[in-house]
Amino acid sequence: MADYLFILLATIATGAAFGLVTSKSAVTSALFLVMNMISLAGVYLLLDAQYLAVIQVLVYAGAIMILFLFVIMLLNQENEEGLFEKVSFKYLFSALASFVVFAQLIYMILNYTGTELPLALNSQEIGTVESLGTAIYTDYLLPFEVTGILLTAAVVGALIIANRKVNTK
Amino acid sequence: MVTINWYLALSAVLFSIGIIGVLVRKNAIVIFMSVELMLNAVNLSLIAFSAQLGDSTGQVLVFFSLCVAAAEAVVGLAIIIAIFRNNLMVDISEINLLRW
Repeated sequence: MADYLFILLATIATGAAFGLVTSKSAVTSALFLVMNMISLAGVYLLLDAQYLAVIQVLVYAGAIMILFLFVIMLLNQENEEGLFEKVSFKYLFSALASFVVFAQLIYMILNYTGTELPLALNSQEIGTVESLGTAIYTDYLLPFEVTGILLTAAVVGALIIANRKVNTK
Repeated sequence: MVTINWYLALSAVLFSIGIIGVLVRKNAIVIFMSVELMLNAVNLSLIAFSAQLGDSTGQVLVFFSLCVAAAEAVVGLAIIIAIFRNNLMVDISEINLLRW
């Protein structure tokens, strides 16, 4: 059952990623990315990461993608014309670069010769809010506080940058 | 039987598609979304390793990477808006201030 679910979710995620790259309209791309993130949240659930699956839907598919869609609507871009219409050096080079990275990763995965366990025995316990919260507030307290500073700095920086005129010509 | 290798392979596929998006597209917002896709692919591999090793460290790392991704999205979109306000387009092949 879990196997079929994984194949279904992986197909949806890969198809949505292809749609993101190939669709001409930026809004369609953003909606494909939402689809990709929601199916990835399903994959996280298969890996017993309950808390991160919920956070993925809430923060990524919710907050961050709303921000993206808001900026797309604000800028009101036209569709990207001439995408993938004729073969050019740029497309060939991108396909080659992507294939090289993909081949390296797959080579590494296929060369793995250790034992293949599906999931650890305690995997259902480590993904809960309780276990992650204990880890974050004890072992990783300092990084957690630094994250707060980072987010504050990002908000202040975004306000300052968006207010200033940038002349690139 | 779906083992950790399948999750890592899915992660590799999504990462490679993200690379194509970053290299091919001209619209800065779509490039940004492809970068988010690559971030998600790496998060998936971290969670897969965390689930196989039975250690919550990988999931804590994904939590922090989510925070960094949120900060990155906010600052990046602010830069895109600042560029758009002056040039009325976000086509990165036209923006060449830092190119020599």
